[in-house]
Amino acid sequence: MLTRRIIPCLDIEAGRVVKGVNFLGLRDAGDPVALAERYDAEGADELTFLDIRASDQGRDILLDLVTRVSQRLFIPFTVGGGLRSVEDMRTVLLAGADKVSLGTAAVRDPQLVAHAANQFGHQCIVVSLDVRRIGGRFELTSHGGRASTGIDAVAFASHVAALGAGELLVNDMDADGTERGFGHELNRRIAQAVRIPVIASGGAGKVADFSQAVIEGGVDAVLAASVFHYRKMTIADVKQDMARRGIPVRPIQPQNLSAM
Amino acid sequence: MIAIVDYGAGNVASVHKALAYLGHHAVLTADPRQLRDADHVLFPGQGHFGQAMTRLRDTGLDRVLLGIIERGTPFTGICLGLQLLFDGSDEAPGVAGLGVLRGHCAAFAAPRKIPQIGWNSVRIVRPGSPMDAVAAQEHFYFVHTYHAVAADPVDVVAVADYEGDFTAAVQNANVFAAQFHPEKSGRAGLGLLSACVRGHPC
Repeated sequence: MLTRRIIPCLDIEAGRVVKGVNFLGLRDAGDPVALAERYDAEGADELTFLDIRASDQGRDILLDLVTRVSQRLFIPFTVGGGLRSVEDMRTVLLAGADKVSLGTAAVRDPQLVAHAANQFGHQCIVVSLDVRRIGGRFELTSHGGRASTGIDAVAFASHVAALGAGELLVNDMDADGTERGFGHELNRRIAQAVRIPVIASGGAGKVADFSQAVIEGGVDAVLAASVFHYRKMTIADVKQDMARRGIPVRPIQPQNLSAM
Repeated sequence: MIAIVDYGAGNVASVHKALAYLGHHAVLTADPRQLRDADHVLFPGQGHFGQAMTRLRDTGLDRVLLGIIERGTPFTGICLGLQLLFDGSDEAPGVAGLGVLRGHCAAFAAPRKIPQIGWNSVRIVRPGSPMDAVAAQEHFYFVHTYHAVAADPVDVVAVADYEGDFTAAVQNANVFAAQFHPEKSGRAGLGLLSACVRGHPC
């Protein structure tokens, strides 16, 4: 049975993890590769690296990071942040990323999604939607939630799905950072509008929030950053809660790499 | 020598990296001679069935691969590399596949989401393939819209359930292929890759 995925997200700036991280026993908690390996061992189903201040200067460092991760980590990983063109995506994918995440660039030019899907296949194009509730409707924002677009988020989700997006990452900007749970209504409306997987993001505060995102929001995967970094909970805690409620999850594997 | 068929179809580099991590040196190549000389040929792939077949045909690699398979060289297909072994696919009506295995690839029907993306547990239905090295109900990472419907059920060695069973792995003589991505399936996947190439010089 297809399981629901738990995806830790690492915010990267100039090749370093920027959010404080509370891992014991890591020589360098700012090292994305070490953290990625730790999350892998703890049962992460995928990883996402978000370059939060994507600059031309930072791009080379990011590419080097992507290469190093891909040599040590054998679960899927997505790279996002500041990817503006098919060429940008190509360099990240060639460096070893399995998927790319498009945000503002897809809002500015939805056809970029179609071009990217044609070039690389639907399966590696994640479109990231930053959404706020404005009045009675959900509106798409850009530039990390700072700019309003006036675009209906659910309609936009259907549009980019039709253009060839393989997955949608839905960031609830109202819930983000509140730790009050994911935006179930938003997620449900988008999940019902498209036939591609939906990943919920923003608002995780307690273990049960993840299960609720699946049960009430109908999402296929859940992404979170701080709650895992600060050890508020582990991926195992989340998976245990899901399993208890009958949500299929991939069991955490014992570490037996040395046996190979 | 392990050779990975490099025909411009996606995930070849990640397969190479996974083998390197396991201590196997593999060459990425489209050179017919290198492929024929290999002790084991890996045939990965991602993308469009029709485009991939066109590329294989235009470069003559289709006949090279068929010759390798006929000679009995251990051969491992991954994802699109599994689908291309069949007669054809609904993804590219009228385009003939390699036809090593009888059957056709079909899209997952609604209301299933496509692509199927994520970890699915795999059930072995017939022994005698590298899947024997895998624990019961092990999870592997899948990313695909089409799945193979084998005309000869005996070719299917493992299935998974996506609101109904579908082909997860096939084996026929020296040919083994997985619909999922062992190179992206963590320890379970590395274990399977290791079982696939075991016994071959590295």
